[in-house]
Amino acid sequence: MSLTYLEAIREAQYEALRRDPRVFIYGQDIGEFGGAFKATKRLSAEFPGRVLDSPISEDAMVGMAIGAAVEGSRPIVEMQFADFSSVGFNQIVNQAATLYWRTNVPCPIVIRLPSGGTPGSGPFHSQSMESIYAHYPGLVILTPATVEDAYHLLLDAVELEDPVIFCEHKFLYYHLKADALPTSTLPIGKARIARPGRHATVVAYSAMVHESIRAAEELQQDGYQIEVVDMRSVKPIDTGTILASVARTGRLLCVGESFPWGGVTAEVISRVVADGFHLLDAPPQRLNSKDTPIPYHPNLWRAHRPTAASIVAELRKLLKF
Amino acid sequence: MTAARVLEEKLASLYRAGGRIVGGVYLGKGQEAFSVALGLQLSKGRDIFAGLIRDQAGKLAFGEPMLDATRTYLGSALGPMRGRDGNIHRGRPKEGLPAMISHLGSMVSVVAGMLMSRRLQGRLGDAVGASAIGDGGTSTGAFHEGLNLAAVEKLPLIIAVANNQYAYSTPNNRQFACANLVDRAKGYGVEGYEVDGKDLLACLQVFQHAISRARAGHGPQMVVGSLLRLGGHGEHDDASYIPDTIKHSEHGRDCLQLAEECALERGWATVTELAALRESSQKEVDRALAQTSREPSPDPYKESWRALATSALVDEEK
Repeated sequence: MSLTYLEAIREAQYEALRRDPRVFIYGQDIGEFGGAFKATKRLSAEFPGRVLDSPISEDAMVGMAIGAAVEGSRPIVEMQFADFSSVGFNQIVNQAATLYWRTNVPCPIVIRLPSGGTPGSGPFHSQSMESIYAHYPGLVILTPATVEDAYHLLLDAVELEDPVIFCEHKFLYYHLKADALPTSTLPIGKARIARPGRHATVVAYSAMVHESIRAAEELQQDGYQIEVVDMRSVKPIDTGTILASVARTGRLLCVGESFPWGGVTAEVISRVVADGFHLLDAPPQRLNSKDTPIPYHPNLWRAHRPTAASIVAELRKLLKF
Repeated sequence: MTAARVLEEKLASLYRAGGRIVGGVYLGKGQEAFSVALGLQLSKGRDIFAGLIRDQAGKLAFGEPMLDATRTYLGSALGPMRGRDGNIHRGRPKEGLPAMISHLGSMVSVVAGMLMSRRLQGRLGDAVGASAIGDGGTSTGAFHEGLNLAAVEKLPLIIAVANNQYAYSTPNNRQFACANLVDRAKGYGVEGYEVDGKDLLACLQVFQHAISRARAGHGPQMVVGSLLRLGGHGEHDDASYIPDTIKHSEHGRDCLQLAEECALERGWATVTELAALRESSQKEVDRALAQTSREPSPDPYKESWRALATSALVDEEK
């Protein structure tokens, strides 16, 4: 059996619907049509009345899910693209994220964000929103990089009592495949050593894990062993695993696809500097997309986001320090 | 109505005296008839009432304990918000009282979701959910999205629009361009009603009708009550922007006074009974405030400072 990252998301939703009668899915075009990316293909037929088309109303979609969670449901909201979650931003950060703290009533909702760039998608269908949401207290932000995590983290997210922003990467939807789903995986909040090494640590998440592994493979030809840490969850951050890796290598590059000002990579560097300054043999570095909106043309897009080539270039500088 | 008025007058005087009220005070004076007519006809345990900042009367009628208000206004650690959120934002979501956020229009879809969930679970029965809003709140995108969603799903939602003529200081003519807010109901495909929001009997009748239509499966109902806020946006605001001609017009009359006059005219109450009602309300308010005054304030050293329900996931880093 072979399964893509996208199919794993579909399978996880199938399993969540099958396991738990409280689960339902709400989003645009997700019913009979099966979703813009087919992440809910055939689910509405298999679970009648539980996979529901919504109007184009991201604010109300999230508000509805919050109300449903209060009454004991476990809603999954599909944003058609992560970018459009900005219309539901208020409900996410002010209502969902504050509900438990304010009222002691948990808000178990999962908001799926088809995230990140693909060639030709342009400024409004390519965004990575994890840093924005991670800034707000009361949210859990997951960024699966593998087929296994796309499946297990989504199932874990549905079981969690807290609101989860599930950042699934569109670039991985079709290309990333696994032979089968493992029966166990790491829990939410634990990072994973995606590739062991000893000369430098690259901390990455989502699609950037794969670019980083490619960069590590290239540098291996020059004798460098690069350790790649897949964060899996950007909130909470598994600082312990990251620090342990930096303790082994003494050098850190943090790679993210979102915009460079602040954000996940800055947070990782800040924590490593604060708690592991003595472990560092070189100033820690970070690599993000460029500080412009995301370009439409593939030539520009490839240059806008970090790639294996730009990660290799950063690592060479870091290794020479 | 009387209890709400007496409570709010007391809160206002405490605010003006300074020292005891934590945060601002936002009153429903002039809106009690409209609010209470809704709250009175919903039943706690079955229905949902998402009141906003001027719904003290409706909340009391719905069954919110007066202590919830005094504890939240005076910052008691024993209140439903435990010092984490204040005054008018209080709520008990699991008891059909969603805790509003400040972003207007946002509660409409939340109430819709509560109803959706019950329907999905097969336990909606004949429950309705009411979401209160003002004239200004109807200009938000969230209001539009929420009401449209509820209409598409044909949910038993009551939208109670208290058109008090001013959104903070902004008059109706800078807020919307339609002749009357109730005209919007047609555009959403929902049933709409207009009522004199000062007239308690009229409000009771219109909400009774709207609630029964919603219970019977006719989808969302929108009730627009025309009234005047008899004060500022909050107690910090002297409402100097409301012209005296409006304040002293028929439209600016006090709904509580009108209700009392009506009760006397119809022989439903005597002057003595009305005075006794006010006195018993005063005692209830005094009791609630006295009890709240003896209660502890929230303690930052005992506060958990955790925003997640899943304690294992709390990020302990700085």
